[in-house]
Amino acid sequence: MTDTIPTGKAVTRDALRQVGRPLVRTDAVGKAVGKTMYVGDHVMQGMLHARVLRSPIASARLTRLDVSKARALDRVACVLTADDLERPLIAVDIPGQTGRARLETDQQVLVRDRVRYHGEPLALIAAETVEIAEEAMRLIEFDLEPIPGVYNPEDALQPGAPIVQGTDNVVAAQKIVKGDIEKGFREADRIIENTFQTQFVEHAFLEPEVGLGWVDENNIINLRASTQVIENFRFIADAIGVPHNRVRVRASLVGGGFGGKEDVTMECYIALLVKHTGRPIRLEFTREDSLMGHGKRHPFTMTYRTGVKADGTITALEVRLIADAGAYVFLSPYVLLYAAIAAPGPYRVDNLLIDGRAVATNNMYTSAFRGFGAAQAAVAYEQQMDEIAMELGIDRIELRRRNYLRSGDTISSNYPIESAVWTEECVDRAWAALGEPTEATGHLRIGRGVAAYQQSYGRITYLHDTSQAWVGVEIDGSVTVRSGVTDIGAGQVSALGQIAAEVLGVDLDDVAIYNSDSAVTPLAGTTTATRALYMTGNAVKVAAEALRGRLIERAAKSLGVASDGIDIADGTVFAIDDPGISMPFHELVKLSAADGIHCSELAIFRAPFSDGLDPETGEGQVHPDYVFGAHAIEVAVDVETGEVSILKSVAAHDVGRAINPTAVEGQIEGGAAQGQGFALSEEMIYEEGRLITPSFSEYLIPTSMDVPKVESIILESGTGLGPFGAKGIGEPALTPVAPAIANAVTDAIGVRVKELPITPEKIVAALHAEPT
Amino acid sequence: MTSETDMTHKTLALEVNGRVVETRVPAHRTLLDALRDLGYVEVKRGCEKGDCGACAVLVDGVALDSCLTLAWTVEGCSVTTVTGLGNRTEMHPLQEAFVEHGAIQCGYCTPGLIIAAHSMLSENPSPSEADIRNGLSGNLCRCTGYTKVFDAVAKAAGAMREAGETS
Repeated sequence: MTDTIPTGKAVTRDALRQVGRPLVRTDAVGKAVGKTMYVGDHVMQGMLHARVLRSPIASARLTRLDVSKARALDRVACVLTADDLERPLIAVDIPGQTGRARLETDQQVLVRDRVRYHGEPLALIAAETVEIAEEAMRLIEFDLEPIPGVYNPEDALQPGAPIVQGTDNVVAAQKIVKGDIEKGFREADRIIENTFQTQFVEHAFLEPEVGLGWVDENNIINLRASTQVIENFRFIADAIGVPHNRVRVRASLVGGGFGGKEDVTMECYIALLVKHTGRPIRLEFTREDSLMGHGKRHPFTMTYRTGVKADGTITALEVRLIADAGAYVFLSPYVLLYAAIAAPGPYRVDNLLIDGRAVATNNMYTSAFRGFGAAQAAVAYEQQMDEIAMELGIDRIELRRRNYLRSGDTISSNYPIESAVWTEECVDRAWAALGEPTEATGHLRIGRGVAAYQQSYGRITYLHDTSQAWVGVEIDGSVTVRSGVTDIGAGQVSALGQIAAEVLGVDLDDVAIYNSDSAVTPLAGTTTATRALYMTGNAVKVAAEALRGRLIERAAKSLGVASDGIDIADGTVFAIDDPGISMPFHELVKLSAADGIHCSELAIFRAPFSDGLDPETGEGQVHPDYVFGAHAIEVAVDVETGEVSILKSVAAHDVGRAINPTAVEGQIEGGAAQGQGFALSEEMIYEEGRLITPSFSEYLIPTSMDVPKVESIILESGTGLGPFGAKGIGEPALTPVAPAIANAVTDAIGVRVKELPITPEKIVAALHAEPT
Repeated sequence: MTSETDMTHKTLALEVNGRVVETRVPAHRTLLDALRDLGYVEVKRGCEKGDCGACAVLVDGVALDSCLTLAWTVEGCSVTTVTGLGNRTEMHPLQEAFVEHGAIQCGYCTPGLIIAAHSMLSENPSPSEADIRNGLSGNLCRCTGYTKVFDAVAKAAGAMREAGETS
């Protein structure tokens, strides 16, 4: 087993052969012809169908729950309530590969007596058919006695407010102090203050949560589940009361995630029903179940008070963040941390005070979503930069240029950035690519906006993240990669194949990848936090390089050439100085195997490990590294109707190295659309905690009629910590989009709507409040 | 057990992807459920309300949301799913273009998008970008942002015109 930090220099060839090419992804053809099996496409003999009964109100005491009629219904196999559970709680924090201390913020699996959010599960049903399970669900009788709830953080912070859980509605607090804030404000010529708000947002992956569970021949509970995190097998095992090695999770194949399939949802219900019935269980969420059954993006209220010199130099920044955590903690402390760390944006601020709180309410709980708090912070810091520019009468780009964070500067937590910071290049190129402005006609107003960002890739360093991969060569020269990584649609698996192919000198087609099985593929950690390529890509590279080294040593003997004079390409091993001296790769593998050379390698890659932040100042390392880039937007706003059309959309990101440029573009284009929804149309609306947007008729994600074609400018500094200098693009693709749109709308209409989403109604209201 | 005289169930002969298959289903069974129960799991369940288009199939060449279509109503019609258009060794030009343009990410919406595009192209072999957008407006995709989907459909339209095959 190899255990090294890759230098990025072990592969010394001048030109990369597989990496960097827009290859067709390994999963593309199967998906195009409809032959790819998703989790929900698997069925099993004798399986039962499950349903979840959910609370119709948000805050109540459950005074009666009578499932006797449901249990008595013919062909109902099992009905479970909290009283039937040996262990009432499930862990919901820090999923994945980490042995670090947890927050101990467990959640009840089923309501025992207190309902805290609309949709909280009351009972689980398993029956011979879906129809019977639904009929049984209707036969369950319950009484809910409403309890006064609290439905926004402001109310929840008032003295005497109803307490959602425990003793305090503040579920997390995060403070960061740098320099001398008072001194910074004294040095300022102007102090500019604004408050920005974001909303509850839904991931809206196209595949609702689904899973199939069964007990196998070794008495292991198996789960196929649409999840981003197979390592959740540990939480599931704890919740159902079996050792960790008795639960196996596979996530093949998943139809989208975006953070919404990071927490445990249906897996635990399935495991419980499997344990209680001994039979295979299939549970597929309806779309309404899905919308009610997983955490949302945190709404944030963000107050920015910025001290600036007349020339635009920032002298001080004070940021107050309040996030709605909803009814349970989930990943709120980490989302808040990300927002706090990102709060200044990609700007150098020497005097800083960031004070954030995540506050419990009886709204739907909030958790991971692409951008993870840092995307909300970007909505604030980039609108604030435009406001400052306007107040000072300085060009928006010029104001940014005067404040850009540069490589070697320290971020908010006083920790230096070592990789390239190409914010300026990205902003300039994206802005320039907008070209000539579109002409305004009739009641259309044209506006432009840009937003830069700083977004981490890799998990929090004090979680001590690791990832493993196994690479082997078969005797015919084909290559096998095994790694637990889950592919949620971004091409995570295919990228690993490209990396193995690059190092071993074969084609992508020669590589087979086995992934996403907690029992038989080496655990790779979560597909979250823009970490899959960085972490698992490195693990694959390390393993493949070790293997390559052994094979080349064997080739040196046969070819009579020193091993540093040998290369492998297109399935041929050859002397670099005399390519005529060569042998087929599969011959080399055969010789190596005959000599008993170990023809496979298991590698572990460790992210940089750090200790926690200074509790007083928030100083220290939080992430391995950051991605920088920008998005530029041109909009037309109809001042009669408030309708916004995006005319031009250009992204420029320094991704470090684009392993597959087509896949990188795909992330950028998808992030642009998801960011557009965040900016303009999407909002999960809760009234007294009750969801009133339970379908895609009410919750409006961008369609083919709404989105612009996106231009992607991919820059490669080669300075990332990932394989071949890669950084990441999953989350960064989304982060700058919403603020760029918000800035473009303001540029068009001359007033700013400070609350997302910027709907036509809000635009019209703003125009009437302040006619231009 | 359902008796043969049960008026709430009916044995249907459905023509799916050129083959006639028999299935006994109740009156309220959607085409989506009927097809998935028959093993046509490439027809995806996304919302069951006609919002997302993941379940789209061709019925006599026209894209319909199978979640909003009762199985009984398509008896005697020709139903085509994405697997009926092509396979791994012989892809339909639309499938080929989606693959080559990288228009597929998680892929869950892809069968519906390809079906919708096929339906649109059989009426309009030379679509403008606006026509393509309109033709796909009933199909949600959360991963791609549609940019590569538009390119793929335009490319396929060209290839299909060249091949003289638009149906």
